[in-house]
Amino acid sequence: MKQVLFSITENIPLTENVYRMTLSGDCSDITAPGQFVNIKLDGLFLRRPISVCDINGDELTIIYKVVGKGTEMMSKMSEGTILDVLTGLGNGYNLSKCGETPVLLGGGVGVPPMYMLAKRLIEQGKRVSVILGFNTKSEIFYEDEFKSLGCDVTVTTVDGSYGIKGFVTDALPSDYSYFCCCGPEPMLKAVFKSTKTSGQFSFEERMGCGFGACMGCSCKTVTGYKRICKDGPVLEKEEILWED
Amino acid sequence: MGRLSVNLCGIELDNPVIPASGTFGFGYEFAELYDINCLGTFSFKGTTKDARFGNPTPRIAECAMGMINAVGLQNPGVEKVIAEELPKLKKCFNKPVMANVSGFSVDDYAYTCEKLDKEEQVGWLEVNVSCPNVHGGGMSFGTDPKAAAEVTRAVKAVTSKPVIVKLSPNVTDIVSIAKACEQAGADGISLINTMLGMRIDLNKRQPVIKNKMGGFSGAAIFPVAVRMVYQVSNAVEIPVIGMGGVSSAEDVIEMMMAGATAVEIGAANLINPFACRDIINELPDTLDKYKINEIKDIIGVVE
Repeated sequence: MKQVLFSITENIPLTENVYRMTLSGDCSDITAPGQFVNIKLDGLFLRRPISVCDINGDELTIIYKVVGKGTEMMSKMSEGTILDVLTGLGNGYNLSKCGETPVLLGGGVGVPPMYMLAKRLIEQGKRVSVILGFNTKSEIFYEDEFKSLGCDVTVTTVDGSYGIKGFVTDALPSDYSYFCCCGPEPMLKAVFKSTKTSGQFSFEERMGCGFGACMGCSCKTVTGYKRICKDGPVLEKEEILWED
Repeated sequence: MGRLSVNLCGIELDNPVIPASGTFGFGYEFAELYDINCLGTFSFKGTTKDARFGNPTPRIAECAMGMINAVGLQNPGVEKVIAEELPKLKKCFNKPVMANVSGFSVDDYAYTCEKLDKEEQVGWLEVNVSCPNVHGGGMSFGTDPKAAAEVTRAVKAVTSKPVIVKLSPNVTDIVSIAKACEQAGADGISLINTMLGMRIDLNKRQPVIKNKMGGFSGAAIFPVAVRMVYQVSNAVEIPVIGMGGVSSAEDVIEMMMAGATAVEIGAANLINPFACRDIINELPDTLDKYKINEIKDIIGVVE
């Protein structure tokens, strides 16, 4: 973990309420796709944890949905604004387990971390399939970006307004070596049930600190109690215990 | 001894800054970030007789200038704390540490304190009496002077280390509880623990926190903490540790002027993991600014 001051270089809407922000600063502590950053916002007590979409040298890209006060403030920030960010948080995805033909499943704002993951896997010469799930056509983002990486991309929409009608699990290929997913919990549960191979899941929880100190975001796993922020957010399929 | 040093129950601290229990783990997460030997000491994660997961999530809610937590004393239990956490701590911290202890019966407290008493690195036992008493109808020990005194006596009987009783602010008369603990043999008092609070999610029409309520901490509670530290330190002879919303070097000085011998810092660590180090670094200039020679000179100067 590092505390870094970043300068916003771009902050644009991708859909009605999903924004992409690029920031310039020291990204050296971000070592794995699936990690997150925790952003201090003036006037708000807790930092805002946002998953890393991509890093490129000193450039950090995050994609966030406006869901509350913090993300609304972020959506109004202009270029040049300086942000106090804790970087390199969480474990991220373990690429070494992915095999030759992994499938990546992202739902809504669970899509962004899949981008850096897909990029790294393609760099390693893997054949990567990506399934992006959205509610409806107007909410879709990053289909072309994933295609540009060289992924085999399938889009699903719940209402059938674009791509395959249904959920990401309705588009699972017949054969794949491994899977990684990120999205809302109902999606993660569906992926858990529908997949035949091992895989990794990225979880969300309300966090206090984001770096393992407060125990605010703990969960129970097969291998004991884990902190989503420090021991996660990525957990392996075999260790997950679903709680209702 | 420098100008920041204070004496807490017979043990000299290099400075009065102490990260509060529950916001600093067992130290080593922070030791990756900075040399935690700069601290006066720190109070480690609340430890109970048996391992606890704590409450269901979500257990964090944001507030104006603060936060609510309902973690519920997640910890690996005293045996594992001694076998696994303290050896790790020893590698990154070479000062006496404050052991924070919770329990759900008087016997629980005594059991856990007796175990920790044998640990060389434990300098003080900080006894959190804000937990519900399972044999007393679930009322918190800290809301009843008799129950708080009973816990204090039971702990004093099993340890030779200084016992600091950490009080809850969720009471009608905190002074009477502090006095009861002092009479029962407490070597110090720390206050305030979190204030009971609640937030509601307007979309879901439900409490944000699964447990409905939790402990409110952060800068917002600072004035309440200063007031209670002032009241208690004027009523007891034993040292008082002040805490509750302390976020700056000036807050440390204010707490000490109110009567605190040392100051714990909690929620601020969660927002800025370097908060305690930064505050310690700012203290000398802040003393100069207010024409204070040695920090111990200002303890309780406010009449």
